[in-house]
Amino acid sequence: MKYLDEYRDAELVKRLTDQIRQASTQRWVLMDVCGGQTHSLVRNGIEQSLLDTVELIHGPGCPVCVTPVTVIDFAITLSMRPNTIVASFGDMLRVPGSFSSLLDARSKGGQVRIVYSPVDALRIARQLPEKNIVFLAVGFETTAPSTALAVLQASQQGLKNFTVIPAHVRVQPAMELLAQSADNRVQGFLAAGHVCVVNGFASYEKFVHDFKVPVVVTGFEPVDLLEGILECIACLEVKEPKVVNRYGRSVTREGNKAAQELIERVYQTSDRTWRGFGVIPRGGLSLLPEWDKFDAYHVFPTSVPLVAQERSECRGADVMSGKIKPKDCPAFGNRCTPEEPLGAPMVSSEGACAAYYRFDPIRISVNE
Amino acid sequence: MCLGIPGQLKRWLDTDPLFARAEVEFAGIRREIYMACVPDAVVGEYVIVHAGIAIGIVDEVEAIKTLNDLSTELSSEMDREIQS
Repeated sequence: MKYLDEYRDAELVKRLTDQIRQASTQRWVLMDVCGGQTHSLVRNGIEQSLLDTVELIHGPGCPVCVTPVTVIDFAITLSMRPNTIVASFGDMLRVPGSFSSLLDARSKGGQVRIVYSPVDALRIARQLPEKNIVFLAVGFETTAPSTALAVLQASQQGLKNFTVIPAHVRVQPAMELLAQSADNRVQGFLAAGHVCVVNGFASYEKFVHDFKVPVVVTGFEPVDLLEGILECIACLEVKEPKVVNRYGRSVTREGNKAAQELIERVYQTSDRTWRGFGVIPRGGLSLLPEWDKFDAYHVFPTSVPLVAQERSECRGADVMSGKIKPKDCPAFGNRCTPEEPLGAPMVSSEGACAAYYRFDPIRISVNE
Repeated sequence: MCLGIPGQLKRWLDTDPLFARAEVEFAGIRREIYMACVPDAVVGEYVIVHAGIAIGIVDEVEAIKTLNDLSTELSSEMDREIQS
């Protein structure tokens, strides 16, 4: 496919890998904050091939992984409610809540449908006017325009049976939290390319100024990722932290204004609990009060669970903040597998643990 | 989650600000995509599609420039290696 295949060129990959090795005078610690990049780095063997040169920490770049237990519990409760269907991206189905997952709920009669787009959930709402359709709106700023669009379309069409569970998170506040933590080891960030398609990268200029770490906007294909890593290391080697855009074919400094306007019409920035990280100031998006009638929390207040139970054995937050590697977790690959996960990073298609489990089998067998 | 796939805009179907839709082709397969975030996209251009909606337009000039820069660098290095 155009704009994908050419960025997978083996010769370019080899050359860039060599350049990164040559450019590094020490082993730098970089963090990606995008599950898509995490998987590409592991799947394409980039992490392994640069093991001596760069330590790659896979940060909290998987929105599914940081979705709080209470949100999943709420969705499960709603799925068991009469005449109610929960529509969700497939990623969320196996994620464990306090006691079960949406998939478990479905096996017990809960109404759960997998959709590819929030607009598909809207279609179900139109087809089944007697049912309440609740869309579980997870995702970074990349996904927020699509759920904002669904709310605006539902409003314009006067749909009364469509609501969303607003669970969008914002990536930069999480990076700020990590950058200012006392035990931070991250020396440079690869900024999530598709979040920047929407947001642009101007907001990282202050981040770089405040925290003195380079931020390189990076794409997803092997050549993109290696270019991002090379640029980040180049900045570190000359001690010049700055923002560099290495995903120029898709990202501009100001981002996509039309997408930002959609988000601003429907959402407001709010403090948000991230699973494993606690409350992150301005770390999420909530619906503006004028959209209360599309907010599942307002429409179904009695289904909101009062208490949630975190499973303590999952060390997902330690993985996402770089304290441990997925395989350092004692549960990895034995008590925690994609089929029976203890936490979201093992089950989400973008979770770091899932990436290691799927694409790094040699070291898995060592671990066993 | 933030997967975005580039597809080529083939035909506009609706230009309403909220319900804008177009046919977008991915590796030979056409899909209907919501276009509210890329109202200025032109037929023939590539858009990045995420969760059923286009969230950005691929800048062809930038795309070619990146690859050209890399390829030029690569070929000049190879030339040097051959000569040496």
